[in-house]
Amino acid sequence: MTAHTQSALGGLLASLLNIAAALFLGGVLILAVGENPFRAYAAVLEGAFGTVDGIGYTLHYATNFIFSGLGFALAAHVRQFNIGGEGQAYFAGLIVAVLCIWLPWMPWWALLPLAVAGAALFGAAWAAVPAYLVVRRNCHLVITTIMFNFIASLLMIYLIVSVLRPAGSMAPAGPGLEPGQRLPQIIDMINSFGFRFQPAPLNVMIFVALAVSYAVYRALWRTKWGYELRAAGANDRAARVAGVPIGRMTAQAICLSGALVGLMAVNEIMGAQHRLTLDFALGYGFIGIAVALIGANTPLGIVAAAVLFGALYQGGASLVFLFPSVSREVVVVLQGLVIFFAGGLATMLRPYADALTGALLSRSTAKTEGA
Amino acid sequence: MTDQEASHLEFRDISKSFGPVVANNSVSFKVERGTVHGLIGENGAGKTTLMSMLFGLYDPDGGEVLINGARADIKTPSDAIRLGIGMVHQHFMLVERQTALQNLMLGSEGGFWLGRRNGQARREIEAIQQRYGLEFPLDVPVGQLAVGIQQRIEIVKALYRGAELLILDEPTSVLTPPEVELLFHVMRDLVADGKTVVLITHKLQEVMEATRNVTILRHGEVVDTLRTAETSREALAEGMVGRALRARPVERKPCGEAVKVSVENLTVCDSRDIRLVRDVSFEIREGEILGVAGVSGNGQSEILRAMAGLMPVTSGRIRMRDIEIGAGDSIGLAELRQRGVGLVPEDRLGEALVGAWPASENAVLGLTRTPFYDTLTARYPGAEMHSEWCGDLMRDHDVRPADPARRMSFFSGGNQQKLVIGRELSFDPDVLLIGQPTRGVDIGAIEFIHDHLRQERDKGKALMVVSVELEELIALSDRVLVMFEGRSMGVLDKSEFSERRIGMMMAGYSKEATAEMSQEVAE
Repeated sequence: MTAHTQSALGGLLASLLNIAAALFLGGVLILAVGENPFRAYAAVLEGAFGTVDGIGYTLHYATNFIFSGLGFALAAHVRQFNIGGEGQAYFAGLIVAVLCIWLPWMPWWALLPLAVAGAALFGAAWAAVPAYLVVRRNCHLVITTIMFNFIASLLMIYLIVSVLRPAGSMAPAGPGLEPGQRLPQIIDMINSFGFRFQPAPLNVMIFVALAVSYAVYRALWRTKWGYELRAAGANDRAARVAGVPIGRMTAQAICLSGALVGLMAVNEIMGAQHRLTLDFALGYGFIGIAVALIGANTPLGIVAAAVLFGALYQGGASLVFLFPSVSREVVVVLQGLVIFFAGGLATMLRPYADALTGALLSRSTAKTEGA
Repeated sequence: MTDQEASHLEFRDISKSFGPVVANNSVSFKVERGTVHGLIGENGAGKTTLMSMLFGLYDPDGGEVLINGARADIKTPSDAIRLGIGMVHQHFMLVERQTALQNLMLGSEGGFWLGRRNGQARREIEAIQQRYGLEFPLDVPVGQLAVGIQQRIEIVKALYRGAELLILDEPTSVLTPPEVELLFHVMRDLVADGKTVVLITHKLQEVMEATRNVTILRHGEVVDTLRTAETSREALAEGMVGRALRARPVERKPCGEAVKVSVENLTVCDSRDIRLVRDVSFEIREGEILGVAGVSGNGQSEILRAMAGLMPVTSGRIRMRDIEIGAGDSIGLAELRQRGVGLVPEDRLGEALVGAWPASENAVLGLTRTPFYDTLTARYPGAEMHSEWCGDLMRDHDVRPADPARRMSFFSGGNQQKLVIGRELSFDPDVLLIGQPTRGVDIGAIEFIHDHLRQERDKGKALMVVSVELEELIALSDRVLVMFEGRSMGVLDKSEFSERRIGMMMAGYSKEATAEMSQEVAE
């Protein structure tokens, strides 16, 4: 058993322990509002995975979380904390909407590559100024990206309300997409074989998300570029001595981080909202941080954690629907607990998890000790 | 005097493990009152762990410590201080912005108001200073004083707190030879006053010179406790390493004529415009090792860093092969390596390795931007390229355990350094810049590393070695450049080497002023 595998196992175990701790406290809370926690969690599971449309919603949310999680993780690999995913995705939404407005005749399959490229570009562009400020001016990325979230929010309110809103419309949103521009929903495709499942926004972007996850894995662990990027994050002084341009690597990672988060906009605008709406990215960016932390910044872990949060999102909604005494706020607290344990306290249980895996594996490792 | 009364300190069956690593295994020995007792062993032999338990920094897993024949229960450093134990750590524990007086009174201010006891404390401290000749200014911030002076403050601090048993952890590694002489003098005075000194070191010369008895540790166990007068350096070295060391080879090819490295009037400033290297010039020819000597912080490191492109050149020129670095030039290490310059940085885990990564990933650090990496990709096709290459590298350079998946920080210092040197030699650079090749490296690995460096020299390469170990520089170098306060005190040829002469130059005497010394030694 290698130290690497052991550390990965320790990380996995720590994540599971954290989730268990969060669910336990959440259960106490549900008990306090007068419901049976086991029945409540069963309802969450049922809501998230019990029906085909439930699964459709769960995986649709998971698609967003995969993009925002991967984005956060990429910056985290150079020790940068990109808290600005929300603003980057919001700004990326602008180009997606504008492309749809400019090219109304274009079918979705021709528009999709353009929208993906545009969203990546705009997401990266929104991260580029904070990236420059970190690398050249040593400004803290957390501060600058939080401020860029506010700038994006205000800019988009202005653009949506004053520029993109169709004349005569009272709703603060851009014009609706042409029916041919909407990304086909996977449940619709299944229904074309004669099924009659309820619709859900899950669409082809989930395949893009999985492909991007694999691409990020290949890039980080199987290319020279990814190796140098991880070196820059793991020990910047050693990376510098190894000839890695730290500043350039950091800037690239932050911009790519914005690009990945930006892809979320394609899923949400072309796949679910079918128009540019106010605050469509709200919440997804921040949960991406928790997803990356639970997934230990690895694509596989992020995909798994994204499904977990997708289930909490969707299952939480049906929990509120089914249990009158469980309010929307209880579900938010539940999600908050998972973020709190898996994110804020991510390292708290790590020593115990490591000790546990260490004890389990000690026989095999003890033999390789020595020297 | 009975045995009980004579031993000031006794360890009985002390054991300590950190997880699966056994640091001390049933360690037992006695330290006689009023003597200097040497404690020697390779890095990782368990010397510092043992002394840390004596000072209350760790709890032993088993066994007991006896002070003056009575069982002592030492849980914290304050227990140790109460029992009259003082420790001078390898890394000083001083508040740099406070004066010596403030540092010495820290923890014994006496009451709520500061300053009440200042007068009395000053008198007591001055008495200690006079008794042992430990001079230093009491009212200057400690950070402004040289390391040798800071060490004196640490010793006085221990004595001021009533230490009867003083532990010195590798005290000479930061000192010039004249300062070492003074320290030994102080130790003799302490012993004459009935105090006991435990000297932790891996320098055998010091053990022979300064101690009455010596205990050898190897792999956490006591090999032997001996009367120093009845043993020899060779016997101690064998005890430490566990096998006989072979004599150093002396035969070698003379170096060539071609100049591979030339440094002219190099001046290097730090970010605050303080000149750390002042107007230094030297050359290195093919097939030559130039040693750079000096007490830490006298500009040697900065010469190395400027040559490696890690610090900007303020004025002067550096030429290595076809590379030229002057003021305003910035050259990255990627380009230096592409053009045949290799670097082994001084701070191994800080700059040469990623401790949290497995060895396999460390085996290509710095190679990714050399053409050599492409030959590696050709040689090891497939996804496990780094591991396979690392395995071969470990076999060729005797890195133990030869496990590419093992986390780098779990290897001992010597095995880490063998991997770094192997990696840096792998792309066959023509010029090698090496900082502290054997710092924290055990004797067996030192031999191995020195042999490899000599082989590279004999292939016609130009090597520069910066080291704080004088013995190493004398053994390895063809010429030695001695630095003092950023200036070159001169370059000595092999025939002019002597530990004393280099030591004097490290303390600021020029080559000319020490000219008669090489004859002195030659007698």
